[in-house]
Amino acid sequence: MAVKLSYREYFKEEALPLMWCAGCGNGILLRAITDALADLEIPPHQVVVSTGIGCWGKADDYMKTHGFHGSHGRALAFGTGIKLGNPDLHVIALMGDGDALAIGGNHFIHAARRNIDITAIISNNFTYGMTGGQYSPTTPLSYKTTTSPIGVAEPAFDVCSLSEECGANYVARSTVYHVTQLKRFIAAAIQKKGFNVVEAINTCPTHFGRRNIPGDTVEMMNYVKEISISKSRYEKLDEEEKAKHLVTGELVNRDRPDFLSVYREINPAASETGRGEGK
Amino acid sequence: MSRPEGIQLMEGNHACAWGAIDAGARFYAGYPITPSSEIAEVCARELPAYGGTYIQMEDEIGSMAAIVGASLSGKKSFTATSGPGFSLMQENLGVGIYQEVPCVVVNIQRVGPATGLATQPAQADVMQARWGTHGDHPIIVLCPATVQEMYDFTIRAFNLAERFRTPVILLSDQVVGQTYENISLPDPASLKLVTRKKPGVPPEEYLPYQPDENLVPPMAAYGDRHILHASSTCHCETGYSNFKYGTNRQLLTRLKDKIYNYLDEIIEVEHFGPEDADVTLVSFGSASRVCKYLVGEAEKEGIRVNLLRLITMWPFPDQEVQKALANTGACVVAEMNQGQVINEVNRVNTTNTPVHLASGIDGELIRPEIIMTSIREAVK
Amino acid sequence: MTKTENKDVVIHIDETLCKRCGFCIEFCNTKVYEADQDGLPLIKNLDQCTNCRLCELRCPDFAIKVEVVNNE
Repeated sequence: MAVKLSYREYFKEEALPLMWCAGCGNGILLRAITDALADLEIPPHQVVVSTGIGCWGKADDYMKTHGFHGSHGRALAFGTGIKLGNPDLHVIALMGDGDALAIGGNHFIHAARRNIDITAIISNNFTYGMTGGQYSPTTPLSYKTTTSPIGVAEPAFDVCSLSEECGANYVARSTVYHVTQLKRFIAAAIQKKGFNVVEAINTCPTHFGRRNIPGDTVEMMNYVKEISISKSRYEKLDEEEKAKHLVTGELVNRDRPDFLSVYREINPAASETGRGEGK
Repeated sequence: MSRPEGIQLMEGNHACAWGAIDAGARFYAGYPITPSSEIAEVCARELPAYGGTYIQMEDEIGSMAAIVGASLSGKKSFTATSGPGFSLMQENLGVGIYQEVPCVVVNIQRVGPATGLATQPAQADVMQARWGTHGDHPIIVLCPATVQEMYDFTIRAFNLAERFRTPVILLSDQVVGQTYENISLPDPASLKLVTRKKPGVPPEEYLPYQPDENLVPPMAAYGDRHILHASSTCHCETGYSNFKYGTNRQLLTRLKDKIYNYLDEIIEVEHFGPEDADVTLVSFGSASRVCKYLVGEAEKEGIRVNLLRLITMWPFPDQEVQKALANTGACVVAEMNQGQVINEVNRVNTTNTPVHLASGIDGELIRPEIIMTSIREAVK
Repeated sequence: MTKTENKDVVIHIDETLCKRCGFCIEFCNTKVYEADQDGLPLIKNLDQCTNCRLCELRCPDFAIKVEVVNNE
């Protein structure tokens, strides 16, 4: 039997310790991603990780693949150029909830509409952690943050519904508690052509948890564990209970052709070397 | 449509697009905006036949991001825009400069601020081109004045971008971009094209931000076995973020020196008219065409006028302007803004030569009488 | 580095990487760990370890390595 690749082929062990807070699940998500890459046996030089800004935007510092760390909200826009510049690459965009859906919301919906072949992994901790715990587009209605001291007045985005509506090929939600499921979804998303989204519900005991979840890091993780339920169980809940829960699982799995496939079909010459190439 | 050859009647924006294609550009990302959209249209039509890709992004923020990304994947890439779009590009232009990503940004200037006189000509983005993105940074900016130069300088912009591993701005304006003139298209095979230097060491020894003797680091592409880590955060030779005292000083100093130590490769000006003059006009882009006309017109009034045309706007041609000021009686800076280049001229005016402004801010090519009035004032 | 062995598995805990979040202690199905006074996980019941490796995968700081030393 061939020797299995280890996550260590992708994870920059010498960069430890991670910069994230005690009880932050970003490290768990990083492990799930690097484990998924190892399972898929994708050579590190064929992977580009494109990060935004924020706590999760620091993830590229811990990766041994090709890396790109750009500006807040633009991981998908840079990633689009990276992918089209070399279509053989696996491009993985790592974004936080504010990164992907507030400042980067426009890029997000258009990347999904275009169905560009990028895997988007969203670490959703319901808050802007790096800037000190302000409310984000995924903070649940009425939850407290530093900029919503009484409670946030805006309803939250459902990341997965938004992705589905905009055209993503694969959409799944898991959590940093459900680590084996999380890894499975990430691997499926990386393997699939098109715009694929994995939302990882994450812990932020330092900012989100402190103001909304009584208890410590463990209670924060319990919260993430308890709000996440399967679709069949979710559908049996009444409206009030539904508002307190998130559906986990593979929510969309379809085969719309990705942007480049369509572009090449319409412009057959684009897939050939071309007369001006290599000069 | 096949590539036009030989002498052609062509629009400036079309000439720019063909210059880019001939320079080896194989990726264009953009967002429609007048008066630059024809560049996008030619690229959308022509790039596929060259094995290239056109993508229309959701905005100019994304367009700038996409060309940086594609360049890191090894493609020569560019975008084109005008004022409002140029404002949106500033964010990721800074990312391109800091990460040392060769690419070209074309700005067909129109009247601002805001929507301004859409879409009439102006030259008021001179300082934005220099300082638009936040933080200390160097930038290379070229100003074409003719359709021929839209072609030639686009190629030069790509060559400089590849040579210095940095974004280069082609700062044109609506007059130059949308004028039709005869141009001569060379045989593409005859062009001298520059391509970024690839790493000369084995993958395990490669440090993506370790510079060569010329201060420019050899550049791997995403997908190479040489791992490339490009960060918008302060980084050391590895490309990974680094917050140690001294790292940012070292990086910013190198970014500046890699360009300012090689000004002779970058700075270009044109001298027009008699060597000795009562008045020297300093101008660029479309306004400089009016100045050329006025050299003859002023002669009729008995005023000897010559022109120093700035082809390279940034880095500013300090020495050339200083020398011109020392050898003239007075200077008139003719620009289609309220006075941007004039401040740079005054900065290097060590001879205290009288400097006057001829300012065109009417949403049209600067009228000759505006400049002529300043010339007459200068010789009073 | 704490290293405790039973016939099948070795659990390494890197005390310098561990941030004392308590996930390994709380969520171990067979209660292998107990908390030291400062929250550091101590291995109490290694015999009960089923080598599910969830503690390793759920450790946010890459501080736990579960190794099989005697593959049957």
